[in-house]
Amino acid sequence: MNFTIILHAGIATGTVLLFAAIGEIFTERSGILNLGVEGMMLLGAMAGFSASLSTGNAWLGVLVAMFAGGMLSLAHGVVTIHFQADQVVSGLSLTFLGTGLALVLGEGLTGQNPPLLLDYNIPLLESIPVIGPALFQDHGILVYVGYLIAPLAWFYINKTRPGMHLRAVGQKPSAADSVGVNVYGIRYLYTFVGGCLAGLAGAIISLSVSPGWYSTQTTSGQGWIAVALVIFAQWNPLRAALGGYLFGMLRRLILDLQGPRILLGFANPLYINSNYSFFLIMMPYLLTIIALIFGSRAVAKKRAGSPSALGLPYVRGERGK
Amino acid sequence: MAMRLKVEKRVDVPKWLPLATSVGSVVLAFILGGIIFKIVGGEPIKAAKYLFQAVFGSWAVFSDTMVKATPLILIGVACAIAFKMRLWNIGAEGQFYAGAFGASLVVLIPIVPLESTPKFIVIGLMMLFGMIAGAIWGFIPGYLRAKYKVNEIITTLMLNYIIINWNNFWIFDKWSDRGFQMTASFDRVAWLPRLADYAKEFKAFSGVTLHLGVLFGIIAAIIVWWIFKYSRWGYEIKLIGDNPDAAHYAGISISKNIILVMAFSGALAGLAGMSEISGVVHRLQESISPGYGFTGIIVAWLAKLNPFAIIPVSVLFAGLIVAGRELQPAGLSFLLQGIILFMLISSDVFLRYKIHILRTDEEKETT
Amino acid sequence: MSSTVPAVEMKDIVIRFPGVLANDHVNLTLRKGEIHALLGENGAGKSTLMNALAGLYKPVSGTTEVNGELVDFNSPKDAIAKGIGMVHQHFKLVPTHTVTENILLGMDEPRFFMRLKKYNKKILELEELYGLYVDPEAKIWQLPVGAQQRVEILKILYRGAEILIMDEPTAVLAPQEIDDLMATMRSMAEQGKSIIFISHKLHEVTAVADRVTVLRKGKVTAQGQSTKGLTKRNLAQLMVGRDVVFSVKKEDREAGPVVLTMKDVHAKNNKGLPALRGVSLRIHKGEILGIAGVGGNGQSELAEVITGLRECEGLIEINGEEISNQPPIIAIECGVSHIPEDRTAVGSAPSLSITENAIMKGYCQDPIGNGWSINFAKAGEHARNLKEKYNILAPNVKTPAGKLSGGNLQKLILAREISSAPRLIVAMQPTRGLDVGAIEAVQSLLLEQRQLGTAILLISEELDELLSLSDRISVISDGKIMGTVLAEDADIDEIGMMMTGSSREGSN
Repeated sequence: MNFTIILHAGIATGTVLLFAAIGEIFTERSGILNLGVEGMMLLGAMAGFSASLSTGNAWLGVLVAMFAGGMLSLAHGVVTIHFQADQVVSGLSLTFLGTGLALVLGEGLTGQNPPLLLDYNIPLLESIPVIGPALFQDHGILVYVGYLIAPLAWFYINKTRPGMHLRAVGQKPSAADSVGVNVYGIRYLYTFVGGCLAGLAGAIISLSVSPGWYSTQTTSGQGWIAVALVIFAQWNPLRAALGGYLFGMLRRLILDLQGPRILLGFANPLYINSNYSFFLIMMPYLLTIIALIFGSRAVAKKRAGSPSALGLPYVRGERGK
Repeated sequence: MAMRLKVEKRVDVPKWLPLATSVGSVVLAFILGGIIFKIVGGEPIKAAKYLFQAVFGSWAVFSDTMVKATPLILIGVACAIAFKMRLWNIGAEGQFYAGAFGASLVVLIPIVPLESTPKFIVIGLMMLFGMIAGAIWGFIPGYLRAKYKVNEIITTLMLNYIIINWNNFWIFDKWSDRGFQMTASFDRVAWLPRLADYAKEFKAFSGVTLHLGVLFGIIAAIIVWWIFKYSRWGYEIKLIGDNPDAAHYAGISISKNIILVMAFSGALAGLAGMSEISGVVHRLQESISPGYGFTGIIVAWLAKLNPFAIIPVSVLFAGLIVAGRELQPAGLSFLLQGIILFMLISSDVFLRYKIHILRTDEEKETT
Repeated sequence: MSSTVPAVEMKDIVIRFPGVLANDHVNLTLRKGEIHALLGENGAGKSTLMNALAGLYKPVSGTTEVNGELVDFNSPKDAIAKGIGMVHQHFKLVPTHTVTENILLGMDEPRFFMRLKKYNKKILELEELYGLYVDPEAKIWQLPVGAQQRVEILKILYRGAEILIMDEPTAVLAPQEIDDLMATMRSMAEQGKSIIFISHKLHEVTAVADRVTVLRKGKVTAQGQSTKGLTKRNLAQLMVGRDVVFSVKKEDREAGPVVLTMKDVHAKNNKGLPALRGVSLRIHKGEILGIAGVGGNGQSELAEVITGLRECEGLIEINGEEISNQPPIIAIECGVSHIPEDRTAVGSAPSLSITENAIMKGYCQDPIGNGWSINFAKAGEHARNLKEKYNILAPNVKTPAGKLSGGNLQKLILAREISSAPRLIVAMQPTRGLDVGAIEAVQSLLLEQRQLGTAILLISEELDELLSLSDRISVISDGKIMGTVLAEDADIDEIGMMMTGSSREGSN
């Protein structure tokens, strides 16, 4: 159990959560709750994998994945923004839809070997002791992009004019509308952005971090963990990134627990009986629940937490938000 | 002659509209699903014929469909009572597995000596343990939601993954049958009676696998229907679902009801799990559900949370599952369900708005 | 006088909503540099008309000209471009953003990076010009209501508004703040701005407006009349169409034993700040105690601690039984009825039927509640009785409560709360948003209850209402009771002083 290795693995898998969570942060900040992230991720994973296989270009696969996620989220957008349907149920239906589409269109992809995204090292930075190899060696380009995207997203949301409009639309859409801000347009835009990023996250899984197509096992609930992460991060991209990496590290740590014969001075029960690993598989999901408990308590305490208009449809002229 | 659409908020909803939107959604979903199926290389018409055969073909096949409908009815009703209060129980799948585990405890520990205990006691205990286990699995997210305002959608989903792995541990390890990934077959006393048991008396019943569980479903539907229509609890649930602030103002305890409803919902889903392993599979194994917990959600929604409507809708979806078993690709039934649900919520817009088609040269309105 | 081209001319405006003709061929002319009042009862169509002028609604027919130019607004942005700005009754401000951020919202400058320091300065300069002071870096939720209103005004001035629409601007202000606002309005008019303000308060119209247009049920009953020499009586007649009785008749009564006692009650508001600071009061049987005060000084919290919707410290007793700091069911069982401030958000369930709303408090008791079940036949009967007795207009008792008009919904809530024969009624803004007919009905019902011996806590922002209904009036300011006076001896100036924080000597 090497810290560098765990950090490295944590960053890699954490990147997936990071992209999906930041996408959802954008969407939720505009006031739209999109629970279909798992479906979009899976669809993205399949679409990326499949496109890479047919075109021979992994990057095209990434683009297709983003497009697929974006399109699916637009469906959610139309239903929730224009039809004002219940956002929770719509998001759930999208999970089914995305998952179903991914399973049907992904028939026969298991075991295929399309071109994957390559890993690169960053010279100089990789020589930093301990964290250098973990952060700057043997990672796909998208992981490095992930380093930049969190602070960029934070800056965009908090320090720019379009970011201010985004926040206003999520907090008090009637205020934004009354000064001519295009509430519907902004919500559509960021719902689309969220979907693209979720699709991208899926492609990162199937083409980079855990390459392959394994039906629903490809994502196995990470989309949901990303949604939980948004609450835990209190809609802050920087915290979402940190949370994602932490989560990734924990998952790797749990995996590593199975290896050694001696653990903390005692005989490792996992070494003796591999069936105990089922309890390890449970861990990420249990941790998500625990993280959510802490996140929800923090939101309840602080005055400024979730975007106030989150989950509520906006109709011009109606009372309320 | 140019036309334009005029959208107007509805003042009241005609009675036939909700049914029409439900039916319309299903029809459209089938058409869409058929198109996608064709794209992937399948033959939708053949599949549709097969589906019809699956539901209405012969008594044996119909019974197969009813067997699949049994857990759907129970889970549909379980989801309906939670959704009525706007509690999103997405954990019916997990509560199902929990119920299966609980019921298995009776047989595999065993809790009572199986050779000497009368059947109705064994079955009764299995029902009890199954419901308690399901109730616990519903109680946990309910408590977290009531006490810490934790989003129940995510917690119930996470608990799904957790319980499946929990069950797997016992199946692969302690209770494994000679190293296989399933437990030994249950003693006959733990089997829910089914029509095939009476093949000697009634020739027609030979091979018919319809079991007592279907009665559980129907009784549960009746009970929940009564709760919604006539009971105080049902009134409180409806009020909380419609306006929690008003319910609080009226003195109703929202936390208490969140926990109660989630536990009740979990218990029903747990009973579905018990009925599946005691009536169909007769052992505890890794996969006992083709996604009943998720299909049940769609069933409840399509039936607009009406317990009696849930029964025919469950039969329809059961038919889909039976037909889907033979169809490739495997994910098609999942896709169809997704499309149906999506169509359904999109069609809800018609319940709220009226759409007029106007000619721009005359401002005449048509309703 | 001003130039001959009017600032705004609206001709023959028709606006329709499902089931309602909000504006029926309305004409309105606003001259440059004048203050024009748009008067009418609640529901007369004033806000709708102005919302159309501000670009929020599109009229079905009719024309609007701004400075002689025909305009067709598709969104608020179009109206802003023509120099029209609206200050809404419910402020359209983002609570978590600063003053400057709110003013800059929707503008094309700054292009990308915020650079708030530069704009903070610009805002201060604007404030200087018009005498509207507020800290640009403060967050809206931190500001008092009067300051928030100034931000709304600054918002439209920043956008170059020459025509200002103000929707019920004095509804949330204390008397002194109202005077300040009127001075501001006069100074802006002198600087060439044209102002329309919507009101239903007759004395404000006569105080500051040059001309007035009166709407009744969507139609104009007086257009652009000069306010010189107009009396309140004239205006009221134009508003309502008949001679209006200005006060409901109240009979003299002897106060009975004490029903509600509050001793040194402290409570926090939703932001965690103190809302009630040591409130003590008593209400007697058959007495109406009015609570006067500008909104946001603890009234909501006062109602909530008595009805069990908010935690508190201190003692609250009904007929000797302690109800402080306990869930709502305890207060309900002790005979406390609550007419909430927000009839749709709290007082009713919109999708449920009239019957289901009517039994909200009594569903556990005979003859409607019976062990585990509810006898809906009896419930329907009860609802029908209430519907008749209180004259609630609706097709039948199965109609969803959300379809009722404001007045009828309020009557339903009153009917429900009164029918439980309460000892104490906590009535929070019971006539807000109702038309004159409904207001009379509600006020009569309250007086009737007073006659029957019910104690009533009446919290209202309409001083007139408090003066005519209450036996005694307590003034609340910043969570403290500033003083209590007998209604018949009340001196408005003194009450106004108490509302803004000076306490009365020898009170309570």
